[in-house]
Amino acid sequence: MTKMTGAQALIKSLEMEGVEVVFGLPGGCILPAYDPILDSPIRHILVRHEQGAGHMAEGYAHVTGRPGVAMVTSGPAATNLVTPLCDAYMDSVPMVAITGQVSRPVIGTDGFQECDTVGITRSVTKHNELVMDPDEIPLAVRQAFHLATTGRPGPVLLDVPKDVLQAQVDWSWPSDREVTESLPGYRPTVKGHPRMIKEAARLIASAHRPVIYAGGGILKARAADALRELAERTGIPVVTTLMARGAFPDDHPLCLGMPGMHGNYAAITAMQQADLLVALGTRFDDRVTGNVATFAAGAKVVHVDIDPAELGKIRQPDVPIVGDCRQVVAEIVRALATAELPDLSEWRSRISGWQQQFPLHYDPPRPGDPLKPQYVMEVLRDQAPEGTILASGVGQHQMWASQYWRFTEPCTWVNSGGLGTMGFAVPAAIGAKVGRPERTVWAVDGDGCFQMTAQELVTASSERIPIKVAILNNAYLGMVRQWQEMFYEERYSEVYLSPDLPDYVKWAEAMGCVAFKVEDPSDVEPVIAKANSVDDRPVVIDFRTDSREKVFPMVPAGASNDDVVVHPSQKPTERKVVQ
Amino acid sequence: MSAAAGSHTTLSVLVENRSGVLARVSGLFARRGFNILSLAVAPSDDERFSRINLVVDVAENSVEQITKQLFKLVNVVKITELHPADSVERELLMLTVAAGAEMRSAVVELVDIFGGKIVDVGSSAITVMLSGEPGALDDFEALMRPYGILELQRTGRVALPRTSKAS
Repeated sequence: MTKMTGAQALIKSLEMEGVEVVFGLPGGCILPAYDPILDSPIRHILVRHEQGAGHMAEGYAHVTGRPGVAMVTSGPAATNLVTPLCDAYMDSVPMVAITGQVSRPVIGTDGFQECDTVGITRSVTKHNELVMDPDEIPLAVRQAFHLATTGRPGPVLLDVPKDVLQAQVDWSWPSDREVTESLPGYRPTVKGHPRMIKEAARLIASAHRPVIYAGGGILKARAADALRELAERTGIPVVTTLMARGAFPDDHPLCLGMPGMHGNYAAITAMQQADLLVALGTRFDDRVTGNVATFAAGAKVVHVDIDPAELGKIRQPDVPIVGDCRQVVAEIVRALATAELPDLSEWRSRISGWQQQFPLHYDPPRPGDPLKPQYVMEVLRDQAPEGTILASGVGQHQMWASQYWRFTEPCTWVNSGGLGTMGFAVPAAIGAKVGRPERTVWAVDGDGCFQMTAQELVTASSERIPIKVAILNNAYLGMVRQWQEMFYEERYSEVYLSPDLPDYVKWAEAMGCVAFKVEDPSDVEPVIAKANSVDDRPVVIDFRTDSREKVFPMVPAGASNDDVVVHPSQKPTERKVVQ
Repeated sequence: MSAAAGSHTTLSVLVENRSGVLARVSGLFARRGFNILSLAVAPSDDERFSRINLVVDVAENSVEQITKQLFKLVNVVKITELHPADSVERELLMLTVAAGAEMRSAVVELVDIFGGKIVDVGSSAITVMLSGEPGALDDFEALMRPYGILELQRTGRVALPRTSKAS
């Protein structure tokens, strides 16, 4: 039996799980684990705030599909991880977090930097464990990675007391069978029920106004190819939710783009008017459905998801199928192999009519107007090198990024959907670049968001992770300002940030970045080109944008998706919905 | 305490016998807004597992959704729904009631009628134990109340399926 310390066993276990990079920050309780890291092939990236480590692990997982790993100490470090854990939980991101903990005899006595990490993170993790037995470290690590990456992915936390790391252990690596047997309550269903699949195929073959409603689960299941086969076999148009952008290429004739609160008119209306929704890896989130009672009122629902609890949570499906999206969709395609499918050209041409009548729109700037944020997104998009990955914060800029970008490849869009975490962009972009170093990574951020996590640019400069950041600086908390303008009679409460405080260029340069300020439309293209050519350090561009711009279309919270508010200059003179 | 007929059901949940599992279950209920009417937990015949008997309010949330969310907990191994009509439910009650010399025989009479046992006697109060169907315990409690209940403790229900259904 090989003898080693718990800390060595921990690091060795991470190596055995194929971990290539850990984002972290050392501290008292986790200190023993930081010694064996010096001899490990695992790359450790030292962050400047533990929240940054968490979001970096998420960004890494978003683009690679592999679990992101964050390692921090006890107490305040663990509590700093709560936001990223909750974010990963809401968006089903595979992540393993390792937190230090006070020594076992000290637990429960209010020790230095002690907190009830397992208690605090219980409701924001798929599972968590306090590792009390040093010999159990390899099993705990194997369990954590198994839980994080199978079934519905999610964050798993291991809380490891300091004396457990310091204790001597007999090394042993549990077999797959031992891991499965140690989790008697965890048996995810992967294979869809054959009868349900046949029933789904039957509904699809008889629908005249079907829509494929593709969610983030398509990306988690690596089911983009299967989805494409299904869409092309049936000719059914596809909407991709905020979490699924890129799961179906935006330039495909069947792609309708994003539905929901800030989706485009055709995508929203196609779902509302559908007689069948084929919901794949998605959860009928309130941002997509609007008022639930009036959502897709005339549609039957086929709902495929790996999490049985999602079926019937919001909307009772006619055909519920628990299983892995990739496998189930492939089975559905097989079941349709000899089916006679209805001609959907009339339905598709109706949808085209909506696309032509209500395309995404913004008014061009009048002379002297500040930059339009949508214009900046368009230039960024058109100048982006092949394979660029786009990360975003939360707010108006996020909506414009999702609306205006052209996603053609899965796992090239990194954003915070379920929790909507401001400050996600910069650290997530860093994690994404670490996961895909050969790709250009752009982060689109708001000025409000940027101020929350910008310090991680120091990490990026120091570790030579050359991300590019476009700040759509409108000097406001834009989305909140929009709501106050539309629903609070323009009573702007606590939303003004000021365009020049901080001086974003000076701040970015202080953090080791190349930085530019852009106010004039004619500078947008050349500065972006310059940014794309810098490859050895991060770049930050402070784009001064028009604060009066609002995100359209919009379905106000709680309203029905039948009542889409389009851009004011698009409002039809008579009836809103054209049948 | 007891829900209106038809709006509750009993879940018998087999969980891993590890620290924190009860906190996970109750945390889940609190977080999702599911209502627990009573809860009883003890080791099962297999030392690796404990059994939690939960009486849940299904007026607001469907038992299907409650069950599915419970299954997401990694430590939950098996869930059996025991509908009141298909199961045998029992509960235990202990109460201390004021019973001075003149009142004592009336109280003791009621205890006998219900088949309870007197487990402690004092100069002005007695402690009674009663086990039986939850409804009978409710009735007994109501009858004791006018005499003055000084202390009351109920265990929460345990339930097993009716034998004709189990085979």
